[in-house]
Amino acid sequence: MSESQYPQPAPVETRLVFWYFVAGMVYFAIALLAGFFFSLQFLNHYPFAGIEWLSPGRVRMLHTNAVAYGFILNCFLGALHWVVPRLTRYPVASRGLSWFIFWAVQAIVLATAFGLLAGHAQAIEWGETPLYVDPFVVVGLILMGINFSVPIFKASRKPLYVSLWYFSVAFVWTTLNYVMGNFIPQFFTPGAAGAAIVGLFIHDLVGLLVTPIGWGLMYYFVPVILKKPIWSHAVSLIGFWGLAFFYPLQGVHHFFWSTIPMFAQYSAVVSTIGVEVVVMTVFVNFVATVRGRGEAFKQLPIRWFYTGIVFYMITCAQCAYQALLTTQKIIHFTDWVVGHAHLVMFGVFGFWILGIVTELWPRLTGRPWHNPSLNTAHYWLSTAGMLIMFVDLLAAGVLQGYLWQSLAPWEQSLVASVPFWAWRTASGLMIIAGQVLFFYNMWRTAAAPLPAAETKPVPEPVTV
Amino acid sequence: MEQRPVIERFATVTLVAGVGFFGLSVLLFAWLPFQLTRQVPMVTVEEIAKQPIPEFYDLARRYPEQFMKYFGEPNSESYARALRMGRDIYIAEACWHCHSQFVRPVSNEDIRFGRVSYAAEHQNELQLPQLLGTRRVGPDLIRSAGKHGNDWHAAHFYEPRWVVPTSVMPSYKWFFDPPAKPGDPPQPNARGLAIINYVQWLGSWAEPLPPPILPAQAAQP
Repeated sequence: MSESQYPQPAPVETRLVFWYFVAGMVYFAIALLAGFFFSLQFLNHYPFAGIEWLSPGRVRMLHTNAVAYGFILNCFLGALHWVVPRLTRYPVASRGLSWFIFWAVQAIVLATAFGLLAGHAQAIEWGETPLYVDPFVVVGLILMGINFSVPIFKASRKPLYVSLWYFSVAFVWTTLNYVMGNFIPQFFTPGAAGAAIVGLFIHDLVGLLVTPIGWGLMYYFVPVILKKPIWSHAVSLIGFWGLAFFYPLQGVHHFFWSTIPMFAQYSAVVSTIGVEVVVMTVFVNFVATVRGRGEAFKQLPIRWFYTGIVFYMITCAQCAYQALLTTQKIIHFTDWVVGHAHLVMFGVFGFWILGIVTELWPRLTGRPWHNPSLNTAHYWLSTAGMLIMFVDLLAAGVLQGYLWQSLAPWEQSLVASVPFWAWRTASGLMIIAGQVLFFYNMWRTAAAPLPAAETKPVPEPVTV
Repeated sequence: MEQRPVIERFATVTLVAGVGFFGLSVLLFAWLPFQLTRQVPMVTVEEIAKQPIPEFYDLARRYPEQFMKYFGEPNSESYARALRMGRDIYIAEACWHCHSQFVRPVSNEDIRFGRVSYAAEHQNELQLPQLLGTRRVGPDLIRSAGKHGNDWHAAHFYEPRWVVPTSVMPSYKWFFDPPAKPGDPPQPNARGLAIINYVQWLGSWAEPLPPPILPAQAAQP
């Protein structure tokens, strides 16, 4: 692919992007292993039984936190360092600050991992980060916001492209959200009010950090690779403002039928359905963009992106349906929600990241992919594994919900779930196998000798 | 300068969408529920500890040496300490990822677990942060007070499959001191005593319901 298909290059810290992706993939590998081992507990074959620091409950927190803060945040920051200077044509605020943030993120993720395994976790879902790490996270988020907002602000003398709306607001939201979710329920609001705030935090972490940055990146990479503009600017406006208005209003749907005041629960139903309807416009926009360009799916990044976009549509349709008080009677507390979460975090945002890395890795290393067919296998193993896991956990959730309602002894729901849990582990192994191929390919690509007529410095080999 | 629609400006996006819409959500879903629930004052651990639960005294009798070593005399002071410690272990071991702490008014949960949860029972210091939970691999725990004896809990924490053969709960052997003589049963240490006491406390405030009417199949042991 030639450089000319991209906008005019601005100063991009290519090595920083490279190292963010390396760090992201290392934590991704850790998260995959943690998830795999935790799933073995459900089959009573946990390999580290009796070791306090590797207790399944703690490893479960390692899994989710390594995904959110290790894998997704690192890879998103790397991609932002690639995209923001290109879209704004200004460099980020400070090169030194960029590298400082990189090391700060790694230190925070490692401190979190240590804290979780040592038993210092905080009882906030997705915010298990120990309390003594939380202030540093807030400072880090503010610094990230400043670093990326300076070029966006400079560029805002002209109309801002849709990606930049998402990027500039994501760090404002996440800083506010992190302060709200980690400190108010910990010190001020017990019980139902605390649960309402934790619900907001759980949902806003996905909805106001991961989703806006993910969509912002899609609004950049899809048109650039397809070499055509996005279908409709007006529709992208609806998608953005709809998400911005409805997304913060629905967190309480994580605690339906709880002791949270019912007005909050009813409003959460309405806004959940509202946001799913509105973000469907984003889906339409992207489908209309690729319409008539079927041959583009031969390019692996586009295939990753659009698989993720279709999965996003599925999760949205599912979310509008599962966040009804009636549906919640059965599926709440079950594996249904676990399947939903995996489709969102891996099937959508993970897939987008993998597509971006597939696209950028040759450009970051200056070398062609060592073996492109490994990347194709990576795609199919991940997609098949994800689909099997999703359908399997959904079915398990429905079964568990009805067994609980039937008043059968609790153990019966465990016995009935074991085959589903075995399939979950098997599908997870498919996903892991795909990533092993990808990690190997990344390493071989980065370690290969430079093609002739290239004079770039050789990056160090990637070991994962 | 090119025309810049208001809703596409940096300031509009960050202030209206970023601060404004987020502030609206905080107002509706954090501040309002807080104003409603604060009418029930938050109970401190010291207030809870004025009357220890019977299971706490049972722990002192059942494991006298261990209890004396780690908690001293069974009184309000040691009970408060045990409750706080038990809650911290519940968080550290992420018990709340697989057990909830509220009974819903749907799905026959009042028959299975007991009285439906009410807001006041979560208005205490041990629910900072709240432990309502979002997933049940194991059953709800907010009505677990007295459902099993302390010895059942000790065996269950040491090796859950000894008492529930199909359980997928991890074993927590670090809640126990190794036996003094080979062949003796392991004795719960400070953490074991505290977590048993905490689970036995959950729901000890709720008046018991009449025995549930279960389907014939479920009534069998």
